[in-house]
Amino acid sequence: MAQIKLSNLRHSYLPTPKGPEDYALKEIDVTWRDGGAYALLGPSGCGKSTLLNIISGLLTPSEGQILFDDQEVTALPPDQRNIAQVFQFPVIYDTMTVGENLAFPLKNRGVDAATIKRRVDEIAEMLDVTDMLNTRASGLSPDNKQKISMGRGLVRDDVNAVMFDEPLTVIDPHLKWKLRSKLKELHQRVKATMIYVTHDQTEALTFADEVVVMQEGEVVQIGTPVELFERPQHTFVGHFIGSPGMNVLPCEAKGDRALFEGHEVMLEGPTRGDGGRTDLGIRPEYVGFGDTGIPAHVTKVSDIGRHFVVSAVVGNTALKAVTEHSVPEPGSQVFLQFKPEQSRVYRDGWIATQERAQ
Amino acid sequence: MRTENQKAWFFVLPVLALVAFNALVPMMTVVNYSVQETFGNNQFFWEGLGWFEQILRSDRFQAALGRQFLFTFLILLIEVPLGIIVALSMPRKGFWVPVCLVLMALPMLIPWNVVGSMWNIFTLPKIGLLGYFLNDVLGINYDMTQQPLSAWITVIVMDVWHWTSLVVLLCYAGLVSIPDAYYQAAKIDGASPWSVFRYIQLPKMKTVLTIAVLLRFMDSFNIYTEPFVLTGGGPGNSTTLLSIDLVKIALGQFDLGPAAAMSLIYFAITLLVSWVFYTLMTKDDAQ
Repeated sequence: MAQIKLSNLRHSYLPTPKGPEDYALKEIDVTWRDGGAYALLGPSGCGKSTLLNIISGLLTPSEGQILFDDQEVTALPPDQRNIAQVFQFPVIYDTMTVGENLAFPLKNRGVDAATIKRRVDEIAEMLDVTDMLNTRASGLSPDNKQKISMGRGLVRDDVNAVMFDEPLTVIDPHLKWKLRSKLKELHQRVKATMIYVTHDQTEALTFADEVVVMQEGEVVQIGTPVELFERPQHTFVGHFIGSPGMNVLPCEAKGDRALFEGHEVMLEGPTRGDGGRTDLGIRPEYVGFGDTGIPAHVTKVSDIGRHFVVSAVVGNTALKAVTEHSVPEPGSQVFLQFKPEQSRVYRDGWIATQERAQ
Repeated sequence: MRTENQKAWFFVLPVLALVAFNALVPMMTVVNYSVQETFGNNQFFWEGLGWFEQILRSDRFQAALGRQFLFTFLILLIEVPLGIIVALSMPRKGFWVPVCLVLMALPMLIPWNVVGSMWNIFTLPKIGLLGYFLNDVLGINYDMTQQPLSAWITVIVMDVWHWTSLVVLLCYAGLVSIPDAYYQAAKIDGASPWSVFRYIQLPKMKTVLTIAVLLRFMDSFNIYTEPFVLTGGGPGNSTTLLSIDLVKIALGQFDLGPAAAMSLIYFAITLLVSWVFYTLMTKDDAQ
């Protein structure tokens, strides 16, 4: 187990990258503490799998270094990095039994038979597959196959990190839940550094202590699930996390106020910098209804179970609000109130308001 | 109560009729000949299983059968491993893939009797390029028209040249269907190249390999055209395989009864060995 440090990492799949657009990964600089559970979250093609393959050693980065506990491993092949990886589609060795599958990584490293047996039994018990140890792995259901793939990753007790590349993609929804909680439980038991790549915010937010949000090869924000939700550093994070995502409304910034469709909105604090495109960012959860406020026209109300999502128009701008009760009728006029401490201005996408000292 | 709809049988009828005309009816005439003696004029005399007994007891049939098994055994022994090795060493992607595939497919596109003629001319001593090279440049005494060993080697090499590609292409198809994640996982699991072959590539090739072995068995066991054109079964009877012998009896000597009996025995052996192969190779999947 190790602390993982990525320093000035850049990668391009082209032999001679010219501009920043040729890079699949642009300047990554992060440190992950030993034994943490991390998620790499981003849409398809944002570079998260590239980053994962660089950490596991399947790819060598164009620039920068990877350090495991301050030891440089940038040029080492995967088997010498002592890491484990679970792939999107379950990889199992068809001709072997479940037990032999689990023992395979240990056997290849010349571990003695007694230790192999002890580790395999331990892992099988953790994964609830003890009764399958002697069955052929090829006949298993996809979720059990994926469990075995995970087991092969966890069976070595000296791994630096275990990496998961969208491991629940092929799993049925009702089993996803089970496997996800199993994974969380495993992390607490084995204490290995775990890195989980996904484009599913629920998976990322439930699994990880800290989530790294990526977009177009860049890290946009690193934070706990709560931080990502409460104070997105970039409109992309605001939009990508949360359902529905954050409202991003064109506005003018004036000190600690924003001018949105001619209405003044109190912000969380004063605005920095100037120039560029300014947007007002507020989550639908923090848009309320009242007797006074910004007049809006309700266009649609969707009942999504736990709460209602109200779509409304202010001037020419559409926005959404979430409410649990006091649902307005579609077509009616309402007054919206924005929570000041959750209203922020973003300049060219990046956060531009300062939190007021409390 | 389970109700069964029998209408489906009507859909099978056309196929049944077709199979009857192209397989069952011709086959029945062979069965007809195999139990009777005829001297022409459509006069038949009942012979019972006499021809079968005569064929099975004859030294000539046993020798041809022995040669046939030896030939097929050598063909499988060489072509299957060689095909796997070539398939493994072919590139998975890039410019050379289509080049390799076309080169591999070429021998199979040549008509069988042309293959026989090519190799005949190629290997004739004095005239043929290979024959001249072996005899006059390397000084090896080689003459496939005179020496049984030379003839055997030539027939085997010709078949390897002609049909290894089939095994290669089938195995290659199996190999390219393996997702990259398997190789990556194996790397991370610390598997040796042999383990990768044994636990990933071979199991994934198994289905196509079963087909390859079956096809190569049937084709090499029934082979006729190429060795007939190349050696005509000689020198002496040394390369007279079952099918060549069968044609000699049926069309050379016009012994229709024994030839029909021999055909049926030949067919039964092919069927039996194919069944045994198939059962053995798919046994593991059944559980």
